[in-house]
Amino acid sequence: MQIHDNPALKAEARNLNFYYGEAKALKNINMPIYDKKVTALIGPSGCGKSTYLRSFNRMHDLYPGNRYEGEIRFFPDNTNLLSPEVDPIEVRMRVGMVFQKPNPFPKSIYENVAYGLRVRGENNKRVLDDKVEHALKGGAIWDEVKDRLQDLASNLSGGQQQRLCIARALATDPELLLFDEPTSALDPIATAAIEELVHELKKRVTILIVTHNMQQAARVSDYTAYMFLGEMIEFGKTDEIFIKPQDKRTEDYITGRMG
Amino acid sequence: MQPLTNEQIRAVIARGKLKDTIFKGVGLFCLAIALLVIVALIADMFMKGSERFTLDFFINFASRRATQAGILSAWVGSLLVMLVTALAAVPLGVAAGLYLEEYAKRNWLTHVIEVNISNLAAVPSIVYGLLALGIFVYQFGFGQSILSAGLTLALLILPIIIVATREAIRAIPAMIREGSMAVGATRWQTCRYHIIPYAMPGILTGVIIGLARAIGETAPIITIGALTFIAFLPPVPFTGEPPAGLFDWVMSPFTVMPIQIFNWTSRPDPAFEVNAAAAGFVLMVMVLSMNAVAIYLRYKMRKNIKW
Repeated sequence: MQIHDNPALKAEARNLNFYYGEAKALKNINMPIYDKKVTALIGPSGCGKSTYLRSFNRMHDLYPGNRYEGEIRFFPDNTNLLSPEVDPIEVRMRVGMVFQKPNPFPKSIYENVAYGLRVRGENNKRVLDDKVEHALKGGAIWDEVKDRLQDLASNLSGGQQQRLCIARALATDPELLLFDEPTSALDPIATAAIEELVHELKKRVTILIVTHNMQQAARVSDYTAYMFLGEMIEFGKTDEIFIKPQDKRTEDYITGRMG
Repeated sequence: MQPLTNEQIRAVIARGKLKDTIFKGVGLFCLAIALLVIVALIADMFMKGSERFTLDFFINFASRRATQAGILSAWVGSLLVMLVTALAAVPLGVAAGLYLEEYAKRNWLTHVIEVNISNLAAVPSIVYGLLALGIFVYQFGFGQSILSAGLTLALLILPIIIVATREAIRAIPAMIREGSMAVGATRWQTCRYHIIPYAMPGILTGVIIGLARAIGETAPIITIGALTFIAFLPPVPFTGEPPAGLFDWVMSPFTVMPIQIFNWTSRPDPAFEVNAAAAGFVLMVMVLSMNAVAIYLRYKMRKNIKW
């Protein structure tokens, strides 16, 4: 798994194990996340890719009985995101997330995007207006909503809602953005829009994306990791993984013989 | 097995549909009984009391003469007691429900507390009256006042509000909570901006249903010593004996609608039965309009909450 001429590291999982109560869901995962690149996590249902993704913003801390072992090092400051001394709220301020199903708050479009800023204590209307516009542009939805920022977000279409959720995550300038199967609830046109957006976003933010759609992984990612039964089977440049996978199990999955 | 012929299929469907029809009839009948009872009750009280539906009835105090007796002190008392009840029960109940759903760790202690909240809802109201007599009236020295009555009824409806709050919170999808936490919100920020506003329609419904129950309660109010014959109103803020304050009325003696009704039904003079029927009708209208408000508020507030 040694890869040469690599860009800078944004994060790195080191000997990461994760337990839901007694059940071990992640087994000794080691993996780099490169700065300003898109890394895709693929694998059959239940392989732990979402569990792994949700470790990066300590989402598991919301529920009792979950336990991490090992580290996720976050650069440039070399913080261990999983350390008990690190506040999960601080982690989530640096690591944004977009969910499987669009989950806008039942508030106005404006308030959805402004929320992350309000949480950080920003109440200056001019600053908020500015950042909301910037984030909506970043989410490639500004032109569609600029005349109705006070409308309810739930009146948007599914694809628009998801781009709004991306804008919501972008508003606070995260260093790493997590996507948990962001297009699984969307139609092909909305999916294409999100994929294009992901491509655009990697200029400014590191992206980790879980997808069950291998074409999507091939289209949007620079690096791909194949997971199976809680293990990291193979990690590499997306071209290499899809053209000549090293592991038989990866090859079976990619060629559709399994999963 | 032979495939069924068309005739046989039709026969099977016909038998099924017959049962449909029978059940529909039985269901309608049961529903009609329930509806008839309440309609008959209301209509009966309305007709019996109809000659008392004059302005005087609402603005007169109690009197020894049935035709001159009114419900002024009773309806004012009921409203003021409800105000105290709501002010005490809503913050307590909502905070308790919020804590149990959003903050409490799932362990045996919370489990015991949860079970006992349901038990509290089943405690007979007279027991709350006894408790309140000991604690509010004597121990705290609130006396036989609106404050004592309001707090007593607040205790009584606290479980209703806690349960309504918890159910309303549980109806909020986890992805909304996660969405809020994912941008770096604390639990309290999540509660303040999302959980409480989105649960509000359900909470309000619970509050009003609780109050509608409390407004009809008689036993605990009698226990703490509400007067049955009272010919004055609690002092309007800043008008009582100096030093008059904003909240003098909470320490005032009082009566409430159900007690006034009870008092009239126990008089020997049959003319008072007319008063009782009229007051009963007014009380029903109060309760039903509270429920109507609950339904309207829920509809109005839920319109904007979709996930």
